Amino acid sequence: MSWLKKSASDTQITHGRRLWLYASAAIIMLLLVIPTLIVIPMSFSDSQYLEFPPSNWSMRWYYEYFESARWMRATATSFQVGFLTMILATPLGTMAAYALFVSGHKLARVVFTFLITPMIVPVILIAIGIFYAYGKAGLNNTIPGLVLAHTVLAIPLVMIVITAALRTYDLNQERVARSLGATRTKAFFVITLPQIKFSVVTSALLSFLTSFDEVIVAIFVSGGSNATLTKHMFAALRDYIDPTIASISTLMILISTTLLLATQIFGSKEK
Amino acid sequence: MNEQSLKAQEVKEQWMLLGLAGPAVLLIFAIIIVPVGWLTYLSFVDSNGEFTLEHYQKMIEYKSYARTFITTFEVSILTTLICIAIGYPLAYFLSVLPPRLAGLFMLTVLLPFWTSLLVRTYAWLVLLQKKGIINDMAISMGVWDSPLKLAHNLTGTLIGMAHIMLPFLILPLYGSMKKIQRDLMHAAANLGASPIKAFWQVYFPLTLSGMVAGSLIVFILCLGFYVTPAVLGGGRVIMVATQITAILENQFNWGAASALGVVLLVATLVILYVASKLFKINSVLFGKD
Repeated sequence: MSWLKKSASDTQITHGRRLWLYASAAIIMLLLVIPTLIVIPMSFSDSQYLEFPPSNWSMRWYYEYFESARWMRATATSFQVGFLTMILATPLGTMAAYALFVSGHKLARVVFTFLITPMIVPVILIAIGIFYAYGKAGLNNTIPGLVLAHTVLAIPLVMIVITAALRTYDLNQERVARSLGATRTKAFFVITLPQIKFSVVTSALLSFLTSFDEVIVAIFVSGGSNATLTKHMFAALRDYIDPTIASISTLMILISTTLLLATQIFGSKEK
Repeated sequence: MNEQSLKAQEVKEQWMLLGLAGPAVLLIFAIIIVPVGWLTYLSFVDSNGEFTLEHYQKMIEYKSYARTFITTFEVSILTTLICIAIGYPLAYFLSVLPPRLAGLFMLTVLLPFWTSLLVRTYAWLVLLQKKGIINDMAISMGVWDSPLKLAHNLTGTLIGMAHIMLPFLILPLYGSMKKIQRDLMHAAANLGASPIKAFWQVYFPLTLSGMVAGSLIVFILCLGFYVTPAVLGGGRVIMVATQITAILENQFNWGAASALGVVLLVATLVILYVASKLFKINSVLFGKD
């Protein structure tokens, strides 16, 4: 076992003395991943009850989901709202992040802090506030209402991702372009945007997911035929454990994993 | 062009740039500031529209409110502590790995992070319930004899919340660990510090900023958390967010619900303010160097 005696870093620690670290890290990683993925095998069970491992395999709960008009309607709503949130939050957030980053204005910091308030104010307060205001404005249970609410929640995330990208980007390139006669707009679209495009894509995917996975605002603000998938799921979870949730969860994991891998691939390209 | 007009032009451009942030500012003003301001107003008026402090007085008079606040802080503090205890070793492990492996193992943090918290709460409900996998396995292996009550109580809530919050702690902590120059550890070793001493005296203090930032995010998110306590607490863990919804559903009392929300917001702001005075967290939270 010479590996155990080899030093793990260039200080004095050997791998042997770090075994506890490797062991505990392994356990923690399993604890993080298993509960996330456990619903996948369970969704293929034949039983009313959630058992593990399932005694009989079947696609029963998937049929249940795909054949239910109610679930399908909710899924369509969630996709629609997620998509609209994405195409609204990404340009708005990118514009704001860029503007605040390049303007040397002393207000820039204040505006930045203002724009990330949706992350600081407790979501429950945001949710009931919007519910109340929408009640007066007649926007409850509407798609535009929900999209606007989700856009506001997504903008801070877009801004953080884009600001981080701009920080590693050399703005002098834009100055060069402008000194050669390009307008600021042209310099941004021709020089800067292509170099941060993967971060823009990442922030777009994040915005979609923020909306698609959002629960609390959706519980209050969405409803009727425009209720989201998460709203129905939450109701089903609170009242009884419906195995259909396992199949829906599996599909949601599939979506988020795909998006996560996409950002990883884009992210590694940008570096 | 003289200096003055150049200066004027620069100022004009700065304002134009600020204008680009305009649509986002307007939207956040309309969808966050106005509604929250409105609720704040509602929390200070009675049903006749006259100024009153009754909604706040009730919080002091009724024991159920005090209990809610205590539960909220208890759950938030415990969740944060669990996250630190579990997250620190993992972040450290990830930070010492070679980049390729670190990227791979980092997926174990990012995968749950990107997965809907509803899905994860559901998974824990399935795992922890009386006839759930954990009870089944523990009994068949002889760890305990009869099914333990793991869900629909504080235990279940804490397990679920710690799992959901962990990435929020690990990511900033990992960031601060990656920034530490390994030379510092060499220097400490060179000067005769044992690995443990070098860790506590040199390494650990340098990770504090990341740890504080991560803990703050976790703590603040916990304070207003709704879904997981509602599902895994099974009505036994009443946190502020749970109480707010209950008040709205049962009594339709906007003043009382708003007052609770306002207290939650003020608590959040006070904590952020104190923390930003005590530690230099701006750099981590807002990414400014």
